[in-house]
Amino acid sequence: MQALMNARNESRNFWLLAAFGALVTAAGLGAAHLMEEHGHAITGMDNAVVWGMPHVFAIFMIVAASGVLNVASIGSVFGKPEYKRRAPLSGLLSIAMLAGGLMVLMLDLGRPERIVVAATHYNLSSVFAWNVLLYSGMVAIVAIYLWTMFERRFNAWSRPAGIAALVWRFVLTTGTGSIFGFLVARQAYGTALLAPLFIVLSFGWGLAVFLVVQASMYRWNGRHLDPALQRRLARLLGVFVAAALFLVAVQHLTSGYFARQQAFEAFILRDGGVYPWLFWGGYVLVGAALPLLLLFHPRLGGEGGMLAACLLIVLGAFAWLYVFIIGGQAFPLEIFPGAVVSSSFGDGAIADYAPAWPEWLLGIGGLGAAFLLTVIGVRAFDFMPQDDLASGGH
Amino acid sequence: MSDDKSRRGFLGMAAAGLAGVMLAPGIRLVEVAQAATPGGASAGANPKVRWGMLIDTTKCASGCTDCVDACNAENGLAKPTRSTDPQWIRKVEIKEIKTGRQSSVPVMCQHCAEPPCVDVCPTGASFKRADGIVLVDRHSCIGCRYCMMACPYKARSFVHEPLTDQKPDVPRGKGCVESCTLCVHRLDAGQKTTACAEACTKAGHGAIVFGDLNDPSSEISRRVREVRSTQLRADLRLDPGVRYAGL
Amino acid sequence: MTPPQSACGASAPGGQRQRTGRAGSAAFARLGRAARGALVSAVLAVAAGPAVAGPPVIERAAKGERCVEDTATMRRNHMRFLEHQRDDTVHGGLRGAKHSLKGCVDCHASKTTGSVAAAKTDFCVVCHTYAAVKIDCFGCHATKPDGVIATRPSGALATQPNGALATAAGAKP
Repeated sequence: MQALMNARNESRNFWLLAAFGALVTAAGLGAAHLMEEHGHAITGMDNAVVWGMPHVFAIFMIVAASGVLNVASIGSVFGKPEYKRRAPLSGLLSIAMLAGGLMVLMLDLGRPERIVVAATHYNLSSVFAWNVLLYSGMVAIVAIYLWTMFERRFNAWSRPAGIAALVWRFVLTTGTGSIFGFLVARQAYGTALLAPLFIVLSFGWGLAVFLVVQASMYRWNGRHLDPALQRRLARLLGVFVAAALFLVAVQHLTSGYFARQQAFEAFILRDGGVYPWLFWGGYVLVGAALPLLLLFHPRLGGEGGMLAACLLIVLGAFAWLYVFIIGGQAFPLEIFPGAVVSSSFGDGAIADYAPAWPEWLLGIGGLGAAFLLTVIGVRAFDFMPQDDLASGGH
Repeated sequence: MSDDKSRRGFLGMAAAGLAGVMLAPGIRLVEVAQAATPGGASAGANPKVRWGMLIDTTKCASGCTDCVDACNAENGLAKPTRSTDPQWIRKVEIKEIKTGRQSSVPVMCQHCAEPPCVDVCPTGASFKRADGIVLVDRHSCIGCRYCMMACPYKARSFVHEPLTDQKPDVPRGKGCVESCTLCVHRLDAGQKTTACAEACTKAGHGAIVFGDLNDPSSEISRRVREVRSTQLRADLRLDPGVRYAGL
Repeated sequence: MTPPQSACGASAPGGQRQRTGRAGSAAFARLGRAARGALVSAVLAVAAGPAVAGPPVIERAAKGERCVEDTATMRRNHMRFLEHQRDDTVHGGLRGAKHSLKGCVDCHASKTTGSVAAAKTDFCVVCHTYAAVKIDCFGCHATKPDGVIATRPSGALATQPNGALATAAGAKP
């Protein structure tokens, strides 16, 4: 009787969560529909800031989707059994977040109905075109990887599939970083450091998202993470956060060393209003320093501390992406070095940008889609990491 | 146990069916893609020609917008009032910081020989024509705005609203990116110059010279041989077709 | 040892029978016979409406004697002609060719509205509404002819490097 009651409650809970996810996704789709009908004039984007809030959400999800697969890689490729048990959940999250991020990206296009054109016409000198191929390939590879883990006959293939997924996502994240790295025009971008930076950022963001989802699943089912394992995961996350902070520091130090870049660095780090606030407060303090404290402090670094650190890391990720993507566009292009310029088209002026509500809704809708896919996946298949089973399982 | 097998069997078939349904249209898409090659040898665009402009900034008066007004009239652009309104050409007022010297300069798409906007366009909608004009093929443009991120000259605009009453020779619409076309519709019809150059000449300023940079006897070629001219952001090595004298 | 559980209470691997998908057909079966008949008729009527209403009435072109292709060919293939021509025009710079969209608009613009897509009775809209195919062209392309063949020097026709004439919009070769 008790088991039947539990099953009914769990079924009801699933439908509630799914309905919530569907509602959020629908709001995002509705916002996208309005954008398509009325044009991007209803958003805060203009001819100066062409990529806005939706891109912040989309790139977070895509980079985190790549990084969340790290857990699976440590399991399948490097053979660590505790990580191997977490590999299926990691794969599911990867697909869900990639789907959410791509949904936002595609709906933000000026002509989203032309996705077919993007899928059939490839300019192979464009890293964007390469990314279209890499993202869809990623979904396929992770799906196959999941299948090798679930289908017992193919368990032996999970290592090669895991290696393929590892290589593919390194190429994919390099591609994502290179979208910006290949732009010679803007002072914020055009550096080779961006590809490895995005890879290291993906490690931290991906693991943080994984741990949040895992903690939620555990709390929901009254389970606890083994303290030794929890400490190991916390340390790993801390290392990733520190490495990312190091690369960001190197990027700004090097850029600030060049006389021609100093005005831009001063804008981002000191004079730019919202951008220095978000960079120092949002990313460095909330997104890196506080999490490092929570993760490594002997008393604070418990299960709750780790969860808090993960949430702060995600917030810091959004802050960093906002500064990177939007701050990088807000600073004017230097067409006439050594001169002060003005025009009717915003030359020489810091661009004004404030995200409008359709952009927020679209971005959050993408998160909703990822959430919905995760909820359905977890309900339909056995993704819960099983630490207490004697046999290894997968 | 039999539940396991039938459930798995069902899932397997469903996955195979789904894969089939998703792949099948792709086979047709490959067909479409292979058929979609741009019209072979361009009869209208002559590969021997390289269209370019020479702008003499010493003849450009601050506050004069004859070239801008002519471009707007020719191409059906509304007078810009907001930062979302497209501008194909604009006057930039320049004041050098160290010397205080002031100039006023029209800036438009520079029609580079190595255009970054062409490199980054995922669908190949941004392309360089055989005669050097850099254009957006709005049939392929998906409106991703990556070319706008890549352009060092802020040449491109995105159409943020539905448009009506376009000029028949200049189709343009919501959701696509656009920029100066060097009045390609006039050139293809046999006219000799762009609207902005024509207006500047007619008004008596003579600041803009348009012509074939590959023809050594054209006026623009003679002028760039005689007068010192520079390209904007020449350090980027994009080799723009628009040159500026007097900067 | 409790059986393994997933979050949100997925049951043990082995599954739990779900009863879904039968609700819809069950509801339909519960309607009385008359109600079912009425519902089916209503759906069929809506679906068959356009066919019952008859084929569209197409306004005769204002200019010229005949189209550049015969009617049957045009009906089936105008989209392919336009798609091929647009690449020649945009990439190749060929304007005023036989299948130019501007040429179509020039002849087929309605006498009353001056456009091919402004009113429900205009040339393009009439058939496309009947066939329920959305027209993508006029988001960018002008629906009205430009009146004067404005951008061509009067009397002179643009020539191609091989000496052949490129025809002006609307004129027959």
